[in-house]
Amino acid sequence: MLAFTLRRAIQAIGVMIAVGVIAFSMFRFAGDPVNQMVGMDTSGAERAAIRKSLGLDDPVIVQFGRYVGNAAQFKFGVSYQFRLPVSRLLMERMPATLELAICATIFAMVSGILMGVYSALRRDTWLAHFFQAVSLIGISLPTFLIGILLIYLFSVTLGWLPSFGRGEVVHIGWWTTGLLTLSGLKALIMPSITLGLFQMTLIMRLVRAEMLEVMRTDYIRFARARGLTTRAIHFGHALRNTLVPVITVAGLQFGSVIAFAIITETVFQWPGMGLLFVQAVQNVDIPIMAAYLMMVSLIFVTINLVVDILYTIVDPRLRSTVSRAH
Amino acid sequence: MTEPVLSVRNLEVEFASRRGTLRAIDGVSFDIAKGEVLGVVGESGAGKSVTGLSVIGLIDPPGRIAGGEIHLGGLRIDNLPPEEMRRVRGKRIGMIFQDPLTSLNPLYKVGDQIVETIRTHLNLSEQAARRRAIELLAEVGIPAPDKRIDGYPHEFSGGMRQRVVIALAICAEPELIIADEPTTALDVSVQAQIISLIKRLGRDHGTAVMLVTHDMGVIAETSDRVAVMYAGRIAEIGPVQDVVQHPLHPYAKGLMGAIPTLAGEDKRLVQIPGSMPRLSAIPRGCSFNPRCAFAFDRCRIERPEPQPRGTQSVACHLYDDVPAESAA
Repeated sequence: MLAFTLRRAIQAIGVMIAVGVIAFSMFRFAGDPVNQMVGMDTSGAERAAIRKSLGLDDPVIVQFGRYVGNAAQFKFGVSYQFRLPVSRLLMERMPATLELAICATIFAMVSGILMGVYSALRRDTWLAHFFQAVSLIGISLPTFLIGILLIYLFSVTLGWLPSFGRGEVVHIGWWTTGLLTLSGLKALIMPSITLGLFQMTLIMRLVRAEMLEVMRTDYIRFARARGLTTRAIHFGHALRNTLVPVITVAGLQFGSVIAFAIITETVFQWPGMGLLFVQAVQNVDIPIMAAYLMMVSLIFVTINLVVDILYTIVDPRLRSTVSRAH
Repeated sequence: MTEPVLSVRNLEVEFASRRGTLRAIDGVSFDIAKGEVLGVVGESGAGKSVTGLSVIGLIDPPGRIAGGEIHLGGLRIDNLPPEEMRRVRGKRIGMIFQDPLTSLNPLYKVGDQIVETIRTHLNLSEQAARRRAIELLAEVGIPAPDKRIDGYPHEFSGGMRQRVVIALAICAEPELIIADEPTTALDVSVQAQIISLIKRLGRDHGTAVMLVTHDMGVIAETSDRVAVMYAGRIAEIGPVQDVVQHPLHPYAKGLMGAIPTLAGEDKRLVQIPGSMPRLSAIPRGCSFNPRCAFAFDRCRIERPEPQPRGTQSVACHLYDDVPAESAA
């Protein structure tokens, strides 16, 4: 088990180094950074001085080593547009994005599993057909359109919910949270639904398909032959077996929820990392773009690792094959 | 004779399909007495498994019991409401399926699965149920049951898993065990152990056993009586010795002729020409008539009904007017 975790961790580090190469090369392909920093009238000597002070004359490999070394300490340089350390900007924005992503994932998991289980067990009811239709909409409609429709309905027409921003936030140390105020919670509803809808339909369809599959297996037939109650069969046996692949998908999807948040944050002007990234793209603010790339990759890789470990906890068969293999 | 544990009368099972209703079981009747093992034998698709499933009430739609009656210890069970039938399953009827590798839920410890079943049917505390589970595992021959109870199914071999499945089937002291091809998926060496285990449990607890298999060897070794099924009907039923040594129905004769003997007379095994008809194309009259060497006009028109012949009962026109003595 330990060896397995260790091996996975080493793989994760490998992936992060590869991502570092990509992030680093962004600086070199997006033009001369000195040009981005100085005005038109700066002299050649001044440019050379800046270049030297930034270490841009050093060999590429030294520059890369320095970049990775700094990145490992969460130092991503200074933003061109804000003139502030990128890591500080990201830290300020991260709570907003994480709260949004977590709320969206919880929404997606809870409603996705409930709807999936229902439409698997009561396949021919009108509600199950309705869920299927909703899931089709969720999969085919683009995120920004859903966001705009929600804003039109609940902010513009009904005036129930705010159309942008996080509402009032409370500071807990460096973390800011919108979960403790009414306006913060109200502001979370529409972005969470917008962001989670796609995952919800994905999870619902997966749960439904898996559950139908599991209900056909021999051990469910045998559980029925043992006279277990319908409840025990559906929720004790079938659901638990269904959740094994669902955990993987939902976990991996959490990474893409954070990545997809770019669009949702733009639609709702949500002050998170995604919005920061979009602004950075517009202003060719490479340090922020590179740092964002590294952060999202780190989140993906960490989630992958956690999911793999969780998997072995849920499924005892993996546990023993893993320990037997080492 | 005392009342049989299981009594099936004129059972009919139909499957609705796009091309109309298919009749998988057509007028099957048999009894199983306390402590008796009834072997049910036949080719694939003869209706052996469907018969077993309809007794325990697990025929899945589009299949349904279309007619007849099933009585268990005097109680009619074929038309019980689902919830009452659930209480019968596992409590009064235990079932063993073909493939022990897939019969157990891989995510639960075997002990938890046994305790769950015990507590569903018997009013026992967690600890008492666990003690009983350990006793059951010991009874079905699992070594170190107090340790193995906390193992997961994948940690058991096929034969050991089938023992766990048997422990699950008998955990509430059922009156009837239905074993559907319990040895087919196992090694030959393990088969014999499982067969003798089922036989011993049936004897010790006075449980009636319905043993479904296509293996005549298993039947000959285990059963008290045997029913030979063909195309959804019982062709012949009787004490195993009599049916094996003096089969009456031409199909049963064919089956017995196809058993190789170690005594080794050097002759070719008999083969039954053709194959069993599909459910959608069952011939008129006797369903065996196209493959039967003795078929005559009547066989192609009129369906033979089971008629007693000594200890046996046979559904064949050959025995219609023949006095019993010259029959065999």
